[in-house]
Amino acid sequence: MAKVYDAGVKEYRETYWMPEYTPKDTDLLACFKITPQEGVPREEVAAAVAAESSTGTWTTVWTDLLTDLDYYKGRAYAIEDVPGDDTCFYAFVAYPIDLFEEGSVVNVLTSLVGNVFGFKALRALRLEDIRFPVAYVMTCNGPPQGIQVERDIMNKYGRPMLGCTIKPKLGLSAKNYGRACYEGLRGGLDFTKDDENVNSQPFMRWRHRFDFVMEAIQKAEAETGERKGHYLNVTAPTSDEMMKRAEYAKEIGAPIIMHDYLTGGLSANTQLAQWCQDNGMLLHIHRAMHAVLDRNPHHGIHFRVLTKVLRLSGGDHLHSGTVVGKLEGDRDATLGWIDIMRDSYIKEDRSRGIFFDQDWGSMPGVIPVASGGIHVWHMPALVSIFGDDSVLQFGGGTLGHPWGNAAGAAANRVAVEACVEARNQGRELEKEGKDILTAAARHSPELGAAMDTWKEIKFEFDTVDKIDVAHK
Amino acid sequence: MSDVQDYKSSLSDADASRKFETFSYLPPLTAESTRAQIQYIVDKGWNPGIEHTEPDNASGNFWYMWKLPMFGEDNVDTILEELDNCKKAHPNNHIRLMGFDNFAQSAGAAMVIYRGVAV
Repeated sequence: MAKVYDAGVKEYRETYWMPEYTPKDTDLLACFKITPQEGVPREEVAAAVAAESSTGTWTTVWTDLLTDLDYYKGRAYAIEDVPGDDTCFYAFVAYPIDLFEEGSVVNVLTSLVGNVFGFKALRALRLEDIRFPVAYVMTCNGPPQGIQVERDIMNKYGRPMLGCTIKPKLGLSAKNYGRACYEGLRGGLDFTKDDENVNSQPFMRWRHRFDFVMEAIQKAEAETGERKGHYLNVTAPTSDEMMKRAEYAKEIGAPIIMHDYLTGGLSANTQLAQWCQDNGMLLHIHRAMHAVLDRNPHHGIHFRVLTKVLRLSGGDHLHSGTVVGKLEGDRDATLGWIDIMRDSYIKEDRSRGIFFDQDWGSMPGVIPVASGGIHVWHMPALVSIFGDDSVLQFGGGTLGHPWGNAAGAAANRVAVEACVEARNQGRELEKEGKDILTAAARHSPELGAAMDTWKEIKFEFDTVDKIDVAHK
Repeated sequence: MSDVQDYKSSLSDADASRKFETFSYLPPLTAESTRAQIQYIVDKGWNPGIEHTEPDNASGNFWYMWKLPMFGEDNVDTILEELDNCKKAHPNNHIRLMGFDNFAQSAGAAMVIYRGVAV
């Protein structure tokens, strides 16, 4: 018998709380951390989140009866305690795949982190994880080239790649900027990088920068016989302008360009990634604004979600945090999202904050980029944590070398190669790091000088956003 | 300024400046370290392969294969012997050892074992 129209406000849980529901393989699953207003039952809040992020509105409307809402609705199917925190709980919601346009992470986020985040019955809400069904993954374009193709394009095998963000990040002229790139590349770096703030300011317009940097790449390649690149930042005020800069980078033969996927926007990012795939270009992704979204443990979007979103939208590199440097990043959680970037199948693992199995199908991986406050003394730990499929990026740790950045680059290159050689011999890098670097410095005065310069620097602040574990 | 050292690298000084990717910023591998690196490739289950080139043509993707990749070869001495055979046949060439990872469809390792005459 058909339903009848019954106007008025119903409790969300009557429709959207379905503990008996078994999620389908094609469902998109989400885990929210919910901090409810006092006195509101968990089931009701969880159901409200499922409703407000899918088909529901606050009151019954007659047009509900023109469709099969029981098919299209999101279903809150489980609730769990958050270990060590009684103010909040986890709610698991399943969404039918029909709710989302194919290939559009934009559409997924608009639903899952849309209006619901301002909902009054919640004090705070955090999207902890999403399981994208492989059926949905395969509708997305993904990384333009992927790890293996990048290695072949750049001819880098059997070691992490090295990068350097050019500093000062603002104020250099294009020619001076190109000089800084050239020095780093000739000293042994694989990549130099535009700082995220560098777009096309009055002191250095993008086109001059691209021209001078390209000369730096070409000369360093001729001099060292190795392949080099510079992440030319094409992030721009409009996507037309972004594409214009990308086209010019391709025209002058640059192997890799760069985009800021959160401030630039996901539509622009997906467009650029597809263009890169069509044009054989690598795409480096910066993540400015991520900490606004992901640092508060009770509200926002966890970085592991932003990582999945980028892998679907498209990018060959993504900044991951360093664990050991100047920026926030819990070790276990970081290892979790590094796997999410690179692996083809990731198992649920609560000790690393991973709430769901994630199958990426045939989608290529993204290379994690470790950058921020790191120097040669961190190298053994970085090689151990990140392994070969990574870019280790030293800005101050290259440019701040007392003899300049060619020497700084050489110091980092000698250090990374010494660590890889030692690792392959079966030595434990994090235990024997000092001996390995000290021995390598005997034939590299550049490394010796770097080790003297940075010996004492440490960053020992506690992490704000930690994995939820019981502390009682 | 007297404490600052010049970084010696130039287009004209090939010997001091040209590099060969992984391990080329270290001194040439010792015999012991070469053995250890070959053992690492074998232990990873990768297929060892030898490639060589005239130093003039080192920048291309395709160096000459020395015979075929040694599929399934896990004897370090046999692999060293082949490196030696290649060296005898092409004494002036760069000779590199690859570790082909057929699952990643990539090389897990690549290192120049003999550095040819620089150009």
